[in-house]
Amino acid sequence: MTPSEYEFLKQFLKSRSGLVLSDEKQYLVESRLVPVTRRTGHKNLSALIADLGPRGSEELKNTVVEAMTTNESFFFRDKTPFDHFRKTMLPSMLTNRAGSKRVRIWCAAASTGQEPYSIGMCLQEDRGKTGGFRFEILGTDISSEVLEKARMGIYSQFEVQRGLPIQMLLKFFSQQGELWQVAPELRAMVQWRKLNLLQNFSHLGEFDIIFCRNVLIYFDQDTKRDILQRLAKQMPSDGFLVLGAAETVVGLTDAFEPVPDHRGLYRPRKSATTTRAPLGTTSPAQPAKGPVDPLNSPAFQKLRALRG
Amino acid sequence: MKHCLVVDDSSVIRKVARRILEDMDFSISEAEDGQQALDACKESMPDAILLDWNMPVMDGLEFLNKLREEEGGDVPLVVFCTTENDVAHIAKAIRAGANEYIMKPFDRDIIEAKFQEVGLI
Ligand SMILES: C[S@@+](CC[C@H](N)C(=O)[O-])C[C@H]1O[C@@H](n2cnc3c(N)ncnc32)[C@H](O)[C@@H]1O
Repeated sequence: MTPSEYEFLKQFLKSRSGLVLSDEKQYLVESRLVPVTRRTGHKNLSALIADLGPRGSEELKNTVVEAMTTNESFFFRDKTPFDHFRKTMLPSMLTNRAGSKRVRIWCAAASTGQEPYSIGMCLQEDRGKTGGFRFEILGTDISSEVLEKARMGIYSQFEVQRGLPIQMLLKFFSQQGELWQVAPELRAMVQWRKLNLLQNFSHLGEFDIIFCRNVLIYFDQDTKRDILQRLAKQMPSDGFLVLGAAETVVGLTDAFEPVPDHRGLYRPRKSATTTRAPLGTTSPAQPAKGPVDPLNSPAFQKLRALRG
Repeated sequence: MKHCLVVDDSSVIRKVARRILEDMDFSISEAEDGQQALDACKESMPDAILLDWNMPVMDGLEFLNKLREEEGGDVPLVVFCTTENDVAHIAKAIRAGANEYIMKPFDRDIIEAKFQEVGLI
């Protein structure tokens, strides 16, 4: 692979999936794409890269994009997000959605499915409290290969031992030789769909809770900001956003604010002002007559209009 | 420093487990079968026990049943670690009072995950 081929590949990946590769990641590209050349019958990496140009097949391009994704995941990863889910997000939704009794949850980078299934298990564990409620869980990912695995819900002995308490294994899985499959009632709780976060996702509708974990880390600041801002538009003002342990909204967008004492948990910023006065300047006079109804505030109306 | 008793009739497994657990800041003692383990526990109860199932003299399940009857025997957190990997065995172990269950082969990640699960780390 020549430097200019590497440069081309970097730009290709950045524009297709958002993945940013630094200059010293050649080894990663080689370890991921050399096996692809064997499957596609290209004689080497250069030949493969040459086929990613404007006239290359979409299928090949997708194969390369998928091969470059990092799909590691495990059940109840980092634990705290799922504690937050049961102790904070779920109780809040049970109160706020007492009318519609419908809660929509989206795992925006679901990979092989451990995250949505972990949420499903939390819901099953709390079944006693959620009577009459309907929960929709949607898992999306850019890679069809991981989604296929997620849909089957079949995991190796190694995978079911990282993060999954043994009681949960007994309760929610059935054994198939050395493999373990998620029980049908849990599988039925989750829907799967291929989706690239770089592309428009407004057609998915509004979600009360969005898990978007361990995917933004692969993107540059502008891409992160863009995705976060579009996520905010898919969310009611009392919704929740969950990010990965190494991710934050701080310094990227005002659309979300951290929930105090809940690492990795964010809510749409209530006073979402689209234009903030720069520091040190005096803001235009506020019509501060008594309490302002936030639902009638100009900022909110503007937000409304923006969200359509 | 927390103390973990590693019970396995294979010296290789004991060595591997010891290395992992020492890196996790546990002090370690070893036993080759259930009887040795029970004797060790009667002397002083460890915080954790990593327990094989199939062993000569006394197997892991019998040891666990006897341990839980001992005074103070409800204290140690017991993590089975065995090649027995079917639902029937797992369920039996849990009913006998095991806190977690590892299906061999195991690695560092699995031991860490399971010890975290029961609150040992
Ligand atoms: C490390 S996994 C995270 C899985 C899970 N959320 C977790 O935290 O365990 C990252 C996933 O993001 C997916 N991904 C990468 N770029 C994407 C994009 N542009 N749109 C949607 N998914 C993407 C990858 O295919 C991969 O499955």
